[in-house]
Amino acid sequence: MKPIRFDLFLPMIGVVGLIVIWYLAVWYQVVDPVLLPSPVDTFRALWNGMAGGRLGFDFMRTLERTILAILIAAAIAIPLGIALGASERVYRSVEFVVDFFRSTPASAMFPLFLVLFGVGDTTKISVAAFGAALVILFNVAYGVMNARKTRLLAAKVMGASRLRVLTDVMLLESLPQTFVGLRNGVSLALVIVVVAEMFIGSTDGLGQRVFEAQQLFAMPDMYAAIFAAGGLGYGLNLLFLLVERQFVHWSGK
Amino acid sequence: MSLPAHQGRVPAGEGGAAATSAHVTIRGLTKHFPDAVVYDRFDFDIPRGKLVSVFGPNGCGKSTLINMITGLIPIDAGEILFDGKPLRDIKFGYVFQNYREALFPWLRAIDNIQYPLKLMKLPKAERRMRTERMIASLGVKIDLKRYPYELSSGQQQLVSIMRALVVEPQILFLDEPFSALDYEMTLFMRDQLQRVFVETGTTTVLVSHDLEEAVYLADRILLLSRRPAAIADYVHYDAARPRTDATLSQHDFVRVKAHCLEVFQREVRKG
Repeated sequence: MKPIRFDLFLPMIGVVGLIVIWYLAVWYQVVDPVLLPSPVDTFRALWNGMAGGRLGFDFMRTLERTILAILIAAAIAIPLGIALGASERVYRSVEFVVDFFRSTPASAMFPLFLVLFGVGDTTKISVAAFGAALVILFNVAYGVMNARKTRLLAAKVMGASRLRVLTDVMLLESLPQTFVGLRNGVSLALVIVVVAEMFIGSTDGLGQRVFEAQQLFAMPDMYAAIFAAGGLGYGLNLLFLLVERQFVHWSGK
Repeated sequence: MSLPAHQGRVPAGEGGAAATSAHVTIRGLTKHFPDAVVYDRFDFDIPRGKLVSVFGPNGCGKSTLINMITGLIPIDAGEILFDGKPLRDIKFGYVFQNYREALFPWLRAIDNIQYPLKLMKLPKAERRMRTERMIASLGVKIDLKRYPYELSSGQQQLVSIMRALVVEPQILFLDEPFSALDYEMTLFMRDQLQRVFVETGTTTVLVSHDLEEAVYLADRILLLSRRPAAIADYVHYDAARPRTDATLSQHDFVRVKAHCLEVFQREVRKG
């Protein structure tokens, strides 16, 4: 029993270690105290900010934009990915375009989207959706294309029509890969949203919070906002993992 | 070398007193792969209510043969008829070698088995009735509420055999169904298949790469030559069923197996 119980606490070692090092750095003033506040000050700022403070509001704004972006991206990219993946020849014909824009830093698209949609939320959300959609599209298409041949043949030999093979087999076969795309997509969308909040005329959001705290030299607030952003990214990833385990119970088996 | 009494080389029709009618007639079957001629005007009759094992050198086209008969691979020329009818008019079952990839992991075992009935658009009650009837007749003791990946390898293959049988097929095709199983499970599954065959009397075509298995289960052994595949020999084996471990050491079995091996090695050497 003992080793198993201890194993549960293994992930905590890194966390405790980081905090200890942080404390020592503050204690011995390795870094200028103005630049590195103590963990206690930082977590107090995080707690106060999240519990009814400004930070909680910004957290929700960023979450809202990211979720909206990923929903739009999924709604466009999943059906499109299935359609493209169902025929390898069709996918090959657009593969270069998809790969090219997938490799283009989405932040390079900000000026274009600013011209199209102005400085409001639409721009932030649509750039994030654009980046995430390409990641999802690519994964869904590959998931469909890499459906096990035997499984497709099995359905065919039992008399399934092409449409039934698509809905009963290809779609489900592509689900594990689709979730890989969704998880990567949501991480990317968060990155883009936070960057957009920093630089594109924002009045709220975690990006704006980090940026503003830095400008005002409110270091505990800045670190608190960074941790909040980290927590948001980690939480979203975890959420998608849990949903995936629920819906794609056969993944990896 | 004395041969089994009914041994014959005539592909079309069996002739003789113990004649069985042809269930599937294959005429002029021709298939080219980019690099080779696999079949060139191949004729063969699959006898009704018999279990035919297909055996031959590696890559001679054993699996290709049943894949063409079942429409998984298009043919270049020739004709394959089931009681004079085309493939789309008949019900058949097909069991893949790779059960892990042939079953649907997102469906429970029972739903995997019922899937072909769903494709036939049978009402739910009818689907359940048919499945229960088949499970009862096979005497299967597997928890079918489980997902395929929760079952042992043999159980998974048994589920895919049940999925093939649930439509009450006129013909059952099996492509090296036991070659991915360990030896213990293979022995068990051979007897399960024999039991299915004795119970249902369904015309069965078994592609095998294991000569012992091919003879043990068969009424007829179709020995193929190297490419382009032709009939090297067509051997009868009429030992009574159910056959058991004791069968494996009986004179008749040993003789038929030795004969098949001889033909096989002659064909291998030709290449």
